[in-house]
Amino acid sequence: MATPTSTVPPSAAAPPAAAGKRRRLSQISGRDRLILVVMVSIPLLLHLLLVWVPAIATVVLSFTEWDGLSSVSDIAFIGLKNYWEVFTVFDNRFFPAVFNNLFLLVFLFFGPTALGILFAYLLDKNIRGTRFYQSVYYFPVVLSLAVVGIIWKSVIYSPSQGLVNTVLGRTAEGNQIDWIGDQEKVFSFPLPGLDFDLGLSKNFAAILVAMAWRHAGYIMVLYLAGLKSVDPSLREAASIDGCSEWQTFRRVVFPTMKPINVVVLVITVIEALRAYDIVAALNTPQGMELMSILVTNNLVGEGGGNVGRGSAYGTILLVMCIGFIIWYLINNYRQEP
Amino acid sequence: MSDSKYRFSPAPSRVGWMLNRRQVLLGGAATVGLVGASGLLAACGDDDDDTSGGGGGGAASGTLTFGSNYSDEKPKAAMAAAIGAFPNKDVTVNINTVDHNSYQENITTYLQQPDDVMCWFAGYRMRFFAAKGLVGDISDVWADFTTLSEGFKTASTGDDGKQYFVPFYYYPWAVHYRKSLFEEKGYKVPATLDELNALAEQMKGDGITPFAFGNDGKWPAMGTFDMINMRTNGYDFHVSLMAGKEDWTSDQVKQVFATWTDLLPYFQTGGNGRTWQEAANALGDKSAGMYLLGTFVTSNFDPSKDPTAQEIIDDIDFFAYPAINPEHGQDAVEAPIDGFMMAKSPKNEAAAKELLGFLGTADAQEAYLKVDPSSVAAASDADTSGYSPLQKKSAELVGKAKFISQFLDRDTNPEFASNVMGPALADFITDPSKIDTILTSVEEQKKAIFG
Repeated sequence: MATPTSTVPPSAAAPPAAAGKRRRLSQISGRDRLILVVMVSIPLLLHLLLVWVPAIATVVLSFTEWDGLSSVSDIAFIGLKNYWEVFTVFDNRFFPAVFNNLFLLVFLFFGPTALGILFAYLLDKNIRGTRFYQSVYYFPVVLSLAVVGIIWKSVIYSPSQGLVNTVLGRTAEGNQIDWIGDQEKVFSFPLPGLDFDLGLSKNFAAILVAMAWRHAGYIMVLYLAGLKSVDPSLREAASIDGCSEWQTFRRVVFPTMKPINVVVLVITVIEALRAYDIVAALNTPQGMELMSILVTNNLVGEGGGNVGRGSAYGTILLVMCIGFIIWYLINNYRQEP
Repeated sequence: MSDSKYRFSPAPSRVGWMLNRRQVLLGGAATVGLVGASGLLAACGDDDDDTSGGGGGGAASGTLTFGSNYSDEKPKAAMAAAIGAFPNKDVTVNINTVDHNSYQENITTYLQQPDDVMCWFAGYRMRFFAAKGLVGDISDVWADFTTLSEGFKTASTGDDGKQYFVPFYYYPWAVHYRKSLFEEKGYKVPATLDELNALAEQMKGDGITPFAFGNDGKWPAMGTFDMINMRTNGYDFHVSLMAGKEDWTSDQVKQVFATWTDLLPYFQTGGNGRTWQEAANALGDKSAGMYLLGTFVTSNFDPSKDPTAQEIIDDIDFFAYPAINPEHGQDAVEAPIDGFMMAKSPKNEAAAKELLGFLGTADAQEAYLKVDPSSVAAASDADTSGYSPLQKKSAELVGKAKFISQFLDRDTNPEFASNVMGPALADFITDPSKIDTILTSVEEQKKAIFG
């Protein structure tokens, strides 16, 4: 995600630098040009083939009805029916999924991302045992989210044997807290046109904590690497000018960290929208619907075979992602003229 | 052993009874013996003198391909033994084994170019392919079966009234309990819903949770729905409901949920997050009195890890779900069946039908059970001397059943089962008062899926 954007400024800045397009090109020999063409076109073709062809095929398939098994000639175009069904018939699965994805985004941003930055900032101060803390916070990152889910489910959240219930003394039958299964809402609000309330269910809230456990470490490492590269003289200057700790960070360190901030933001958005494995590993308990779960449930396995509707969910997810990408690109262009 | 990662209820071949030590040793010995024997079988195919009756006249000859999903070591050896016992030595059977899960996930692709005879499940998952004309009619094979009950025949029949399936073995669903607990407290096995309610109330008074319940994976609750539905509305309604032909907002369905709502306060709370294994532990430590589950519940207790497990296994008994509507009594039992289908146009039809005819007999099933004794043979005359008491009782329960259903997720469109019914039942368990809204949306989604 970050790579294409980092190449944008140079190419945008190129025209004024080159006096004449023709003269600049003529400096490249025939052989160089061939190599350039090959080196650009192969990744480009692969990119088109592996990313954009499937993406566009998904969009096209979302307007069709097909079981994914019969021959391709059986694909029937049915217009917007899949979307109509997603928004009206399967509304009690779709809207909670969108809500969960968006809530996850907001939560990751204000929760573990902020926390990760705080950890990084503190560890950057070379406090005693900094390496130890780094290892501890980074440890969960080496685990896949699916594994994180299984660990939290069986070790921490298990109703009868889990750590939390044991510590709280609530492992007795009838007194247990069902962390992964309880789909009652923490808060909820009605939405016009829906015959159910949208809201954050307790089990999804519980799993957010598990995701935060991993995400905070991830962001911490990224940010720590960035902080090491900040010129120490900037901080010295700030402190000589009488800045408080917070002012130094807010006015001096944070702005100079812009490239890292962008990476962190992008990673947070991606993590929120692609979330899948942790919930799938937990058997998709009710209350934890996510867009990517809806996509796979309709496409894969014995319960799948509904290519049209699965693709419609996929297309909606694509639109959500593209929304963030466009917003990000616009912001980036505007600030670097 | 089955774990909870599956989106569907476990197949009989994946779960069995936890065996006692003697049976395990026996099975192990047979496996070892077979590894040697199967090499011989592959080499010459006529080295087996065990041709005790069975199959047929031996008119067919040539080669036959057999698609098997018995991929685990012991079932694989057991299946080789069953095929090896096929009396017609003029037919060479080539077994093509595929990993169990991949086989299931890829069945529709596989059916484009299938083996002559293949393993599959009874119920909607069989009828669906039969209706699409992807598997062969074997009604003439069924004409010769004398030891398979009426219930098995119904479970093997397609929508057009013809048979497409040969049952091999199964496990039933029933209400499990601890004999010692019932003796100690003077509980009686309930035969009607009223007695069940009274018993539950009594247990509650004694500080015992009446029903153990874990719905992780969203399939276990389907068992409770199926039982209350078949006891209330009968087997035919169940089949028609599962085929998408009935209205989910009808009074019949609402009655099922009304009965369930009355029973729900007796269930273990927070069932949606509990695995069936954790719920089984509640039965094991007697904190819960009854547990409706497949007989694989005993496989949760492993004598090799826990010395008290064998005692628990021996103490577990079960009874058929109590009658609700006298019109239907206890005439239906839920028992997922594993078995075989024939390809639509097999390369060697005569041999395929002869083999299928053989697989439906006690001889084939006993040969299988000799190696893997954790299941119950479908044929009524199969030797039961090696069975545990629970296996014997399962055979009785299913043998006398008028109707055998296959469990909700095997009796209906898999998409409807996993994407609609699973979530809907989980919603109901969280908040039974919302049942009307839930059923309205189930009906809408059913229409979208069944078209």
